[in-house]
Amino acid sequence: MGILEVQNVNKRFGGLQALGNVNLNVEEGSVHAIIGPNGAGKSTLLNCFVGRLIPDTGSVMFQGQSLLGIKPHEINQMGVSRVFQTPEIFTDLTVLENVMIPAFAHRDGAYKLNPFARVAKEAEIRDLAEHTLEDMGMKDKLTMTASAMSRGDKRRLEMAMCLVQDPKLLLLDEPTAGMARADTNKTIDLLKHIGETRGITKVVIEHDMHVVFSLADKISVLAQGTVLVEDLPENIKGHPKVREAYLGEAQV
Amino acid sequence: MLGLNKKDAGLLFFVAILLVFAPFLLNPFPESSSLAQFNAGYPDLMQRFAIFGIFAIGFNILFGLTGYLSFGHAAFLGAGSYASVWMLKLLTINVIPAIIISTLVAGVFALLIGIVSLRRSGIYFSILTLAFAQMAFALAASVLTPITGGETGLQTALNDPRILDGANETGNIPSPSLFGLETGATWQMPVGDWLFTFNAGYYMCAVMMLIAFYVSLRIFSSPFGLLLKAIKTNQNRLNYTGVSTRPYMLACFVISGMYAGLAGGLMVSMDPLAGAERMQWTASGEVVLMVILGGAGTLIGPVLGAGFIKYFENIFSKINKSVLEGWFSFMPEGLQDIFVTILYPFVGKGWHLTLGVLFMLVVIFLPGGLVEGGKRIGKLFGRRKSKDTETGETNPAPAE
Repeated sequence: MGILEVQNVNKRFGGLQALGNVNLNVEEGSVHAIIGPNGAGKSTLLNCFVGRLIPDTGSVMFQGQSLLGIKPHEINQMGVSRVFQTPEIFTDLTVLENVMIPAFAHRDGAYKLNPFARVAKEAEIRDLAEHTLEDMGMKDKLTMTASAMSRGDKRRLEMAMCLVQDPKLLLLDEPTAGMARADTNKTIDLLKHIGETRGITKVVIEHDMHVVFSLADKISVLAQGTVLVEDLPENIKGHPKVREAYLGEAQV
Repeated sequence: MLGLNKKDAGLLFFVAILLVFAPFLLNPFPESSSLAQFNAGYPDLMQRFAIFGIFAIGFNILFGLTGYLSFGHAAFLGAGSYASVWMLKLLTINVIPAIIISTLVAGVFALLIGIVSLRRSGIYFSILTLAFAQMAFALAASVLTPITGGETGLQTALNDPRILDGANETGNIPSPSLFGLETGATWQMPVGDWLFTFNAGYYMCAVMMLIAFYVSLRIFSSPFGLLLKAIKTNQNRLNYTGVSTRPYMLACFVISGMYAGLAGGLMVSMDPLAGAERMQWTASGEVVLMVILGGAGTLIGPVLGAGFIKYFENIFSKINKSVLEGWFSFMPEGLQDIFVTILYPFVGKGWHLTLGVLFMLVVIFLPGGLVEGGKRIGKLFGRRKSKDTETGETNPAPAE
């Protein structure tokens, strides 16, 4: 049984069938990539995992528990963290504060009203946040305001914000989109490193085939809202159906 | 010190000094000089500085940290006022129970309004709070007359029961007191041509404001405060970070409402009278102006903003036509008339016009309020200083 099991998920926006009978099985500890052309329903599917969208029919089970109808913050508390397509960070706050907030949420639960506690006294949280940022290679940027950072750094900051919570499942929506090649390679290395040291299950949506084939243990190909193939990377490359739907146009 | 970092402790100390020496600082002009009318060191105004300071500090905890703009905060001030007048009427003329009850009543009131209003954010939240406050105002002025005294307002009377100290009645309506020390009690200290006034009520308000300021410092530096700032920046991220924002917002709204209630209670403790107009939207708007003018989200800004607006309201509004004519009497007849005619709409009853112009200037050129202005001036001097040291001998002042 996988850590995340998706069965027969359907989602319709008006006349558009965004997802049709999608099945997905993510093994614990693996990196599962979802690829597919634009408008294939990749982000819609991810939104169904984190409580942003509720599928019309079908089931989404995380560790044997249904995620349908559960609020985003509760899903996060269950151990699912998400990196967004456009970095969602606290732009007005410092890098360190950005990472301390998820650390607080992880330790204290969905809410803890402690108006007289002191951030300055939370050495444990601070160390944890600093350590995570060090892992992401951002040790020298702790006091920087998040909005002043480069796009690549913002993405890595968001990853740090997810990782500091020590999630069981990490969802990454195009983690390298818009990055230069060197930046992309740096991010791949970080993601691999995290995979090895922390053993976090990851679901990655990605356009960049280079990223997909260097990270994924398993790949699902999505086109027009349905899963065409779910297989190992080496089998995906030559698969005729995939070529027809996706790789043909990408010229791989 | 007191669980504050060095900077915050310094700020607290600064405010404490301001409050303690306010009777001197606000009375810089000798009694006999023509500038004596700019002296603000009289009890009534000093009390208002402190009370509205508390109101603005509380409002800043909501608006400055979370960015939620409440347009109905006067409702909590009004609710606190009514509650404390009733305590003065029913229980004792001592103001302590009145202040405590006013804070609690406003807190409960804020909880009820907050539960409904916080279902929405942005402009809808503002409109909801405005609607509730106007509803409270309308009710207080009409239907709830038995409780609120309607349009005439609620005040203490000779035949109030006052369970604890009603018996030893002498024939005068007693004035509010702090364990026997009347809040209206003043001492005057003439020094040369200056006359400094010390008022018991003011110092009580000042102590309360110092406590209120300290609490706000602690909230700003707590994980709770950090999360409130995060709500302002990116509520979406926070939801996907495992934080339920509603309880945080509600707690913040209630704390802020309690500050308003405390301010209302103190107002009544200085002058045992509460009217419905205290809840009107103009009163809510005033505190918004104070916080934005001073600098929303900064620690000291609301205090400065409150002081600034109250000073203008009380001092600028006193300048009338004859005062203006006096100032420009050195000019020839026609010129004097022109100047008086141009300036007259901006003073006296027209002080709102000056305030409006100032407010626009601040919002356009100093979005961070007076605090940002202060910082910029500080920077300017800092830069000039460093430039001087760099260039060595060069004299920045041109010779004549």
